[in-house]
Amino acid sequence: MVWVNAIIQGILTGGLYALFACGLSLMFGVMKVVNLAHGDLAIIGAYIALGVITITHIPALWSFLIVVPIMAVLGYAMQRTLIQSSLDRGALTTLLVTFGLSVVIENALLQFLNADSHSLGAGSSIITKSFSIGSQIQIAYLLVLIFVVAVVVLLGLQYFLSASRYGRMIRAVADDREAAQMSGIDYRHVFGIAAAIAFGTVALGGIAYGMYSQFAPTTGTDTILLFAFAAVVIGGLGSLWGTLLGGVVLGVAQQIGAQINLSYEVLAGYLVFLAVLVLRPQGLTARKAQS
Amino acid sequence: MSVVTDSQARSEEKIRVTRSRRNVAWTGIGALVVVVVLALFPYIVYSGTTTIMVQAFIVLTLACMWNLLAGYAGLVSVGQQAFVGLGAYFVLILAINGIAPFAALPFAVVGSGVAALPMWWLVARLRSGYFAIATWVLAATVMLIIERFSSIGGGTGLPLPGFTGWDPTLLTAYTYWAGLAVTVVALASTYLLLRGRLGLVLTAIRDDEVAARSSGARVGLARMLVFVIAGAGCGAAGAVLAISQLQVQPAAVFSVQWTAIMAFAAIIGGLGTIEGPILGTIVYMVLQQTLQSYNAWYLIILGLVAIAVALFARRGLWGLIDDHLHIRLFPVGYWLWTPESTGRRGLGRRGPGGRGIGPRRGGKHG
Repeated sequence: MVWVNAIIQGILTGGLYALFACGLSLMFGVMKVVNLAHGDLAIIGAYIALGVITITHIPALWSFLIVVPIMAVLGYAMQRTLIQSSLDRGALTTLLVTFGLSVVIENALLQFLNADSHSLGAGSSIITKSFSIGSQIQIAYLLVLIFVVAVVVLLGLQYFLSASRYGRMIRAVADDREAAQMSGIDYRHVFGIAAAIAFGTVALGGIAYGMYSQFAPTTGTDTILLFAFAAVVIGGLGSLWGTLLGGVVLGVAQQIGAQINLSYEVLAGYLVFLAVLVLRPQGLTARKAQS
Repeated sequence: MSVVTDSQARSEEKIRVTRSRRNVAWTGIGALVVVVVLALFPYIVYSGTTTIMVQAFIVLTLACMWNLLAGYAGLVSVGQQAFVGLGAYFVLILAINGIAPFAALPFAVVGSGVAALPMWWLVARLRSGYFAIATWVLAATVMLIIERFSSIGGGTGLPLPGFTGWDPTLLTAYTYWAGLAVTVVALASTYLLLRGRLGLVLTAIRDDEVAARSSGARVGLARMLVFVIAGAGCGAAGAVLAISQLQVQPAAVFSVQWTAIMAFAAIIGGLGTIEGPILGTIVYMVLQQTLQSYNAWYLIILGLVAIAVALFARRGLWGLIDDHLHIRLFPVGYWLWTPESTGRRGLGRRGPGGRGIGPRRGGKHG
């Protein structure tokens, strides 16, 4: 029964990892940008949520209504300035700039705030309560909620990319930038939109993490970026549903590892990641391109 | 190292190819003098200064290795802290088993280089961003595995044994010389490697990887060599770190901060030049020493400067100097002298751009 519990918990935390990962996956799929500051941006989202909750006293659960638009605007602005100008200079520059950004954000948070851990919405009953199945399985409402949000976000993204006008533009630019430009698409604007969406999902991931666990300035790279990346690689590059599968596999591996020995939790996830890297480098879902 | 040096070359029709535009015979002597003066430091300055110098040596060795990876082989590794940590742990493990830390240093270097081989096998397929994060995950995995072994300190680490009865002054001096030796060997071997066949292959890859492959350049082998050498070099720095700190803590030696420091020093100084990391290390040490009472500020400033340099001065500070003065202290490229010009760089590493910074591809491909 403990193993069933571990697997259920793993699947549910997989939703959280998929939420982290879909922004990373989207930015890579569209702009070919691997954003090394991804995790730190999620933490910024969590800190903004913390600030918003403290100031306005809105319930933690609804803070995303304010935080997601802020992060989306930030994403558009950053894409049009910093990320675009590093993209123009090549892949190496993009990596150097986003890595620099990651270190700057982390240390700026340490410097201007502090190294303390925070969490979001500890007082809210939906966030802290859980229900039990049988005697051994306890499921937190929050984890179910996060999983549902992840699925909704992925479904929404899928629908947006395949059916909406901007979604078509994003796919067109991702497939062939020059042909898209010839058809009159301003790829810089489209990149900005994609980044705004990615940053919006990053904000959701950050808030979800803040409610699920505690966050501190270093959480961004220690856990979020590396877990998101592991989920993307396990699931298969560029596939949104692969990302969910990757998140679930990572979550289950971690929970099973934790069941063996609590300190194996993170290690077990990474070992599965490395095994996938060796045995099935294209990921579990072998689709090459998004859409 | 000139191809044609005799007096004929001066005649109007001949083309001359030399390593550098200026005569650099003096730089060899200059470097020797610098090393000798640095070696005498423990006799001249206070131990506080040599302790800071040891830090500088560690940073310089790391920056030199990261420059080799990112500036020459196009491999942006964010997992070099794995080797810093491994180097430190090799020294610790050998010291626990009764081998003096200074004697353990060479073994740590070799061990880290050997450890780089299986890691390379895991990440060799990956490129750019995926390589970067995968090496990062790998470094985290190595740390988590090492923390499992309680005999070498588990998650908290251990003090480094083997120095009981040492005179502190003597220990500081020996540590300093070990750091100096590691740095000199790292710089010298980088220089010699880049002048040799490996440098040529790396230049070919940087300019056009497909063309290099089709001309028979063994691209994968060259990258693997660079990764192994960088692993050994970072291991050496980690070993010196362990000796200078006299303790090994997993969270400290495996911190991604090491990669941040080496990357910033290399980027600010100038990727794709041997001189760059030296200059970058000086900038790093000056900032770190002046701002050390303001906690994380030096890393924030360094990060911002590195971002600005990566965007606006892609060959770093040394690139700016080289553009104006045409100085190369460690010439690894070639300078083409044609009858019409007073000297034009031809085959050398011209690189705003170094290999991985990548050719500008305005709208040509597709």
